[in-house]
Amino acid sequence: MIRVCNLAKTFGSFTAVDDVSFEVAEGEIFAFLGPNGAGKTTTIKMLTTLLKPTAGSIELDGLDPQTHQNAVRQRFGIVFQDPSLDGDLSAWENMEIHGVLYHVPHKMRRQRSEELLKLFELWDRRDDQVKKFSGGMKRRLEIARGFLHTPKILFLDEPTLGLDPQSRNQLWTHVKRVNETERVTVFLTTHYMDEADRVAHRIGVIDHGKLVAQGTPKAIKEQTGTETLEDAFLKLTGSTIRDESANSADQMRQFAKMWSGGKR
Amino acid sequence: MSAIYILWLRELKRYVRSRTQILASLGQPMLYLLVLGFGLGPVFQRAGNGSYLQFVGPGVIGMSVLFSSIFSGLGLLWDRQFGFLKETLVAPVSRLQIMIGRTLGGATVAVIQGLLVTAICLIAGLRPANPALIPVAFGFMVAIAIVFAALGVAIGSSLQDMQGFQLIMNFLVLPIYFLSGALFPLLGLPKLLAVITRLDPLSYGIDGMRSVLLGHSAFSPLLDISVLAVVGCVLLVIGAYRFSKIEI
Repeated sequence: MIRVCNLAKTFGSFTAVDDVSFEVAEGEIFAFLGPNGAGKTTTIKMLTTLLKPTAGSIELDGLDPQTHQNAVRQRFGIVFQDPSLDGDLSAWENMEIHGVLYHVPHKMRRQRSEELLKLFELWDRRDDQVKKFSGGMKRRLEIARGFLHTPKILFLDEPTLGLDPQSRNQLWTHVKRVNETERVTVFLTTHYMDEADRVAHRIGVIDHGKLVAQGTPKAIKEQTGTETLEDAFLKLTGSTIRDESANSADQMRQFAKMWSGGKR
Repeated sequence: MSAIYILWLRELKRYVRSRTQILASLGQPMLYLLVLGFGLGPVFQRAGNGSYLQFVGPGVIGMSVLFSSIFSGLGLLWDRQFGFLKETLVAPVSRLQIMIGRTLGGATVAVIQGLLVTAICLIAGLRPANPALIPVAFGFMVAIAIVFAALGVAIGSSLQDMQGFQLIMNFLVLPIYFLSGALFPLLGLPKLLAVITRLDPLSYGIDGMRSVLLGHSAFSPLLDISVLAVVGCVLLVIGAYRFSKIEI
């Protein structure tokens, strides 16, 4: 379903993603793990047509996101790591816009919006402006919105960030359900190793832009000779703490654009 | 089509919900209209140009349309900051449709703003020479709104963050306004100023409104509308191109 070959992305002299190759089969749940700034979000952005790769090739359902942007966009849904809601609109209106943009028929849109808002316990607040929501509620709304249409591939970029255990549980149950009943391929990133261990069929570990391990959770634990996935992860990526380089990568990108004529 | 509609509707909803902003954006035009209109009135009269309030009315309407259309285009930067832009960019809708929805939404908001200011002008004492021509003036308002909403989107797509905003304000929006003949007659200017004012698309919009509302103008209304149409098309193409190149 997803095929990535020798993918690379550089921002100026900074290499965010370095020669990454992997495959995700149809109906599989693939967890993409790595410390902050390892290149997870950049990879997702390239997979979802938001960024152009510097080198390498990507195929989603047999299509190149660069040359078949619209066809590819029709095939995936995404829950972003950082907020992407319109705060001036209500929860319901945010769902409506999403449904219209993804061509969900009117009746189904209403029905599913209602179901999902109830599932994520936002139904009572549906007519409130999103800017009045708490962080957790916004997060839940983003997730509910991501499930509004049924894509072939679902990207979840740290979906459980800032969620309480109840919502987290709700989310993973729902992810597993759509994966089993509708054969949705799921590509997720998370910092919670227990989640990855529980949900994912296969795991890829990325560090400093390079893919350092790939396989089932069990295989990775065996390969590193560790008991838990957390230990395996630490063994693979070391225990030094990284900068919040998701941010510095963003800054570098801005710099790169400012100075390398990206503006014109 | 439904994508264009929903994004257009979004701009409108956001506008209607920001009541303080609506009030705030009426303040500046009123200042120009009332202070300059009554303050410069006597001098203007003595120079034999008639009532300055009448003269400046279309200019102030043009100004409010200019400001709110450019700012709505630059709203792209807020959407980038707050993330909503991503949501639209990954949707299976062509970027062209998204850009058109936004631009039309911004233009509609600007026209509403223009109509509010028109109402204020009428209350303050603007008397159209021929009230039957008011719909034509409305047409000019729409043209100005589309031209500058497209310009706003083109600029908004090219900037990365809000830091460039002040720059755009001081070196683009204000010059467009002051060099448009909104505040002074375009005829009999020094050579250099005459040339610059003729390069400013807003000159033609305000001149067009003046010709239908007051019955006198610097250019012919036909020239006015042709220039606006051509510039509008060019800016829409540039805006759509720039928008299609956005990377997050």
